[in-house]
Amino acid sequence: MTTTMLEVRDLETGYGAVQALKGVSLHVDQGEIVTLIGANGAGKSTLLMSICGDPRARSGHVILDGEDITSKPTHEIMRSGVAQSPEGRRIFPRMSVLENLMLGAQAAGRDPGPELPRVFSLFPRLKERQSQRGGTLSGGEQQMLAIGRALMSRPRLLLLDEPSLGLAPLISRQIFGAIRDLNEREGLTVLLVEQNANQALRLAHRGYVLVTGRITMSGRGAELLARPEIRDAYLGGGH
Amino acid sequence: MTSPPAAAPHAFQPRLLAALLDASKATAVAFGLFVVMVGLRTDVGPTGALFLRTRWPDVAWLCAAVFVARLAMALWAGRRLPAVGSARRAAALSRAGLFFGPALLAIALILPFVPGIGRYELDLGILVLTYVMLGWGLNIVVGLAGLLDLGYVAFYAVGAYSYALLAQYFGLSFWICLPLAGILAAFWGVLLGFPVLRLRGDYLAIVTLAFGEIIRIVLLNWVELTGGPNGISGIPRPTFFGLPFSMSGGPGTFAGFFGLEPSPSHRVIFLYYLILALALLTNWVAIRIRRQPIGRAWEALREDEIACRALGINITNTKLTAFALGAMFAGFAGAFFATRQAFISPESFTFIESAIILAIVVLGGLGSQIGIAVAAIIMIGGFELFRDLEEYRMLVFGAAMVTIMVLRPRGLVGSRAPSVVLGAQRRIDAQHVSEGRG
Repeated sequence: MTTTMLEVRDLETGYGAVQALKGVSLHVDQGEIVTLIGANGAGKSTLLMSICGDPRARSGHVILDGEDITSKPTHEIMRSGVAQSPEGRRIFPRMSVLENLMLGAQAAGRDPGPELPRVFSLFPRLKERQSQRGGTLSGGEQQMLAIGRALMSRPRLLLLDEPSLGLAPLISRQIFGAIRDLNEREGLTVLLVEQNANQALRLAHRGYVLVTGRITMSGRGAELLARPEIRDAYLGGGH
Repeated sequence: MTSPPAAAPHAFQPRLLAALLDASKATAVAFGLFVVMVGLRTDVGPTGALFLRTRWPDVAWLCAAVFVARLAMALWAGRRLPAVGSARRAAALSRAGLFFGPALLAIALILPFVPGIGRYELDLGILVLTYVMLGWGLNIVVGLAGLLDLGYVAFYAVGAYSYALLAQYFGLSFWICLPLAGILAAFWGVLLGFPVLRLRGDYLAIVTLAFGEIIRIVLLNWVELTGGPNGISGIPRPTFFGLPFSMSGGPGTFAGFFGLEPSPSHRVIFLYYLILALALLTNWVAIRIRRQPIGRAWEALREDEIACRALGINITNTKLTAFALGAMFAGFAGAFFATRQAFISPESFTFIESAIILAIVVLGGLGSQIGIAVAAIIMIGGFELFRDLEEYRMLVFGAAMVTIMVLRPRGLVGSRAPSVVLGAQRRIDAQHVSEGRG
């Protein structure tokens, strides 16, 4: 029996006169990995941000665990079991790895104590580098830190924005492996935004395709991967 | 000029050549500037008409000085120690730094009783400590939360006028007014905070600058309440928990109560310890709060506001508490200033004060407590030291600031210690601190 963790219904949002999302509907069930793929500027990141209330939805609803969170302030949404690893990682470069992690828990009003060993066991690399300044980490380590920092608030739903951005294929495979582990071992629900459609669709249970603010296709990950139009648009040799 | 040693002529020549070229360029620029700035001068002649006087020898001397200085700099910069040596030196410095803070504190504590320290030195000490406190207060806003505040003196003024007015109109004593001044300043800090919540960097600086001016101009023009440009005089002096410092030596006075010979230096010594205590309180609160979630949220805010939002930090509260707390300490310092001077006027709260406090924070190394204390001693104490130089004082002062910024671009103490560690402590090297995003 599956329950819906996140439901986005006819969401519209934008920046000034630019409409970025033109009525997006999707849902993420508990324990699922769902991926959202699409080209640059399709509105993927905007959708993730708007689930967190920033930018705010102009119309439509965001429902988390049956509760409408559309008009909640961002910091309250982030305290109700949602965590985000933002696009471009955005770790705090001058603060140590440990401080970055502590903030992840404390910002959401959580005690970092019990979460720290969990994150360190998932990413042993972070434990080795705990006293190092965030900005001196390699790209892959920064991504681990961004995900680790998000996990520190012990979320039920993890929003991941392009975790493979700018990473070597080997490293991005490691990151995807960690996401799968989290999902399989801890039942963490994940909404993953990716440009790397191939890897994302292999990992995800289901996927949505976002084109200029609208969902054009959806289905099981393997199904989408097999579709010729997906192969042409997102997996073609030129990309 | 000595010719390079014969053993390695080829290794030295290109560098010397490059240095010469660089020095020539600098000299050319200097020549272009000095020809008009120094070479030509208008003087008033005997008939009252202006005539043009030329001073070519001065220009030649200046250009020669620029050439030699630039050449020396280029050659010296090329002889930097290898990285290993500088790392060892940095380690030794940081070990010395561990003792430096306590030593400075010990000197501050015994200063009034050191032989040879008179009234003038103590007054200077009080002035320096006031700026140390203001620097530590502003450091919360600028150094920790990263909110560039150019109007910090406004809160200093609010504190000073709070005490002066409350004492004048309601006859309240210093010890009641001190917390009230802090609270009122914090309140104004929040008032300033609200409209600037969405601003950052340059925009924030402009608005805070304007805010500082607004407060000063209101104080200047609200003559019925504040006395306008005449200021407020006769502000009550502080008492030793109710015992006034009076020369009469009666039983109700400080000297009488403790059976001491009445002396005017008692009050100065008391004021000295008062500001020392207030400054140390500021320091203690700042250090403690840095390890709290709110302090960490401030530092995160300085680093990346969008990441803060994504983590669920309440940006509004975080910014407002930084403004309020920073302003509160300025308010305390202001009340102290009012009781020390017994007279205040808007003239004491001009933009240059904000600029000096900010310069102390930046020179000290944004976020470093000990660096700020040293910078305040150099800036305020040094400024007094060069009083004999009269109008050249500003020149010395400016040169000192430029020198510090050239030698230590991230401030005197540019390294940042993490607020939490598991196991051994490691400092984040100065070279890595201020590069912005990693």
